[in-house]
Amino acid sequence: MSAPLLDLQQATIKFGGLTAVSELTTSIGEGELVGLIGPNGAGKTTAFNMITGVYQPTSGHIRFAGKCTRGIKPSKLAALGIARTFQNIRLFGSLSVLDNIRVAARLHNKHGYTSALWRGKSWKSAEAETEKHALELLEIFDLAKDRDEMAKSLPYGDQRRLEIVRALATRPKLLLLDEPAAGMNPSEKDDLMKLIRFIKERYNLAVLLVEHDMKVVMGICERIAVLEYGRMIAEGTPKEIQRHPKVIEAYLGAAAVVS
Amino acid sequence: MPLPGAKRWLLLGIALAVLVSCFSAQFNRYYLGVAVDVGIAIILATSLNLINGHTGQFSLGHAGFMAVGGYFSAWISLKIGPVDHASWYFPLSLLAGGLVASLVGLMVGVPSLRLKGDYLAIVTLGFGEIIRVVVQNTEAVGAASGLKDIPKYTTLGWAFGLAVVTVYVISSLVNSTYGRGFIAVHDDEIAAESNGIDTTRTKVTAFVTGAFFAGIAGGLYAHHKQFLSPTGFDWVKSIDIVVMVILGGMGRTAGVIAAAVLLTLMPEFLRDFAEYRMIIYALLIILLMLLRPAGLFSIPLKRRPTT
Repeated sequence: MSAPLLDLQQATIKFGGLTAVSELTTSIGEGELVGLIGPNGAGKTTAFNMITGVYQPTSGHIRFAGKCTRGIKPSKLAALGIARTFQNIRLFGSLSVLDNIRVAARLHNKHGYTSALWRGKSWKSAEAETEKHALELLEIFDLAKDRDEMAKSLPYGDQRRLEIVRALATRPKLLLLDEPAAGMNPSEKDDLMKLIRFIKERYNLAVLLVEHDMKVVMGICERIAVLEYGRMIAEGTPKEIQRHPKVIEAYLGAAAVVS
Repeated sequence: MPLPGAKRWLLLGIALAVLVSCFSAQFNRYYLGVAVDVGIAIILATSLNLINGHTGQFSLGHAGFMAVGGYFSAWISLKIGPVDHASWYFPLSLLAGGLVASLVGLMVGVPSLRLKGDYLAIVTLGFGEIIRVVVQNTEAVGAASGLKDIPKYTTLGWAFGLAVVTVYVISSLVNSTYGRGFIAVHDDEIAAESNGIDTTRTKVTAFVTGAFFAGIAGGLYAHHKQFLSPTGFDWVKSIDIVVMVILGGMGRTAGVIAAAVLLTLMPEFLRDFAEYRMIIYALLIILLMLLRPAGLFSIPLKRRPTT
């Protein structure tokens, strides 16, 4: 078996006296869809921030594609192939839908400051290329009709989708989705599940999904890790997790296990 | 969208500037002076707009960079002394002033751009004051009594031509995939960073570029007024430029140019009320915030039916 794409070894993060994530050891292989669940405040988003380089682990190691990520800025990790979405949508509100994608696709457009001033032939073709690529993405995800709308004026569901498309525009190997189903109605959730399956297949991505909605998590994840108070209390297939006594205890209390 | 034929506009503007400078001797000297002031104001306002407007880093130190550039290029002109081919030396001294200002911008920007919002504003304000106090106590540049007898090299052609170049540079930057990064940083730094944009680098780039053009504007100003005094570069001057940016609409180049023209001409027409200038500014801004929060010259956003 080849080395996993993302490998966490006893990754721990402490804020002062509070241990937000404690000795998290898990791994995600290429093309795997893993769910990360747990009660509120269990450290799921902190784990995300640790993987994406927003926070540095206090101790332990994180390797991405065989490379230790310690000290690497989030922007460099994005270039290496880690993309994410946010729990509370963070789009570039004053930019158009198309420009939101262009900004993310900037990673693959090598032209910088001086080219932007000189505006030569190769710059022009690179700009056209970036725009074409961005439009193709919007086309696939049915957002092309809104290409010139300001991102913040889109309906909520479309904003969620745009954020995922923007993350895809960085051409990631690993996509982290932070509660993508939050605030969605049941039919939107079904669409979201289809969408996640689709992008995983089409772009051959590994996906790490934080989600509270059990239907979504159980429906699409191949493997699930459960956090409680910063510790991983269980890991396994959706079926195993549903029957795991510790998980039931964490979600429903000890009494539920006994009965 | 990349501007269609942006380079053509640049060349057209420069050609116009050359044309204007050929005939400028025939204009009334007072109006000519005001027109140069307008050109300098446009350079200052558009370059600050890159920092405060597009990139969203509220800087109150633009007069400081202007002072650095102005004093440096004036100092060079005075060192070299009267020359026959001023039209060759002048752009070089301007460029030197701009480069020194951008270097100072880099030194100030790297540590202070970790700060956000009010904190950044206060640090840049403090930086501007430091520059002023340093100049005030440096005998080599005339200290408190000011730097006198700077040769008058600035013509309307130079001021106008360089204003065109500034507008070209700032709008070309912003209207490119690369430059959309500035606006992305303005909108959401965390999202920008996670989408592969080095936010620190982007902010410092904006800061250094802005400082460069402020330095150029300072050089033009020095060779226009022929006299520099440290009090001319105090925080009030920075506020003047910030007001132009706010009035024109943060991140809206055309609006900011219009505001720069308006706010440079207004005091000329209102000479009798000169003491009330700051009151008028304050009232303008309050009214603006109430009535047109996106800037005086902004086009109202397309209203969408809410679903």
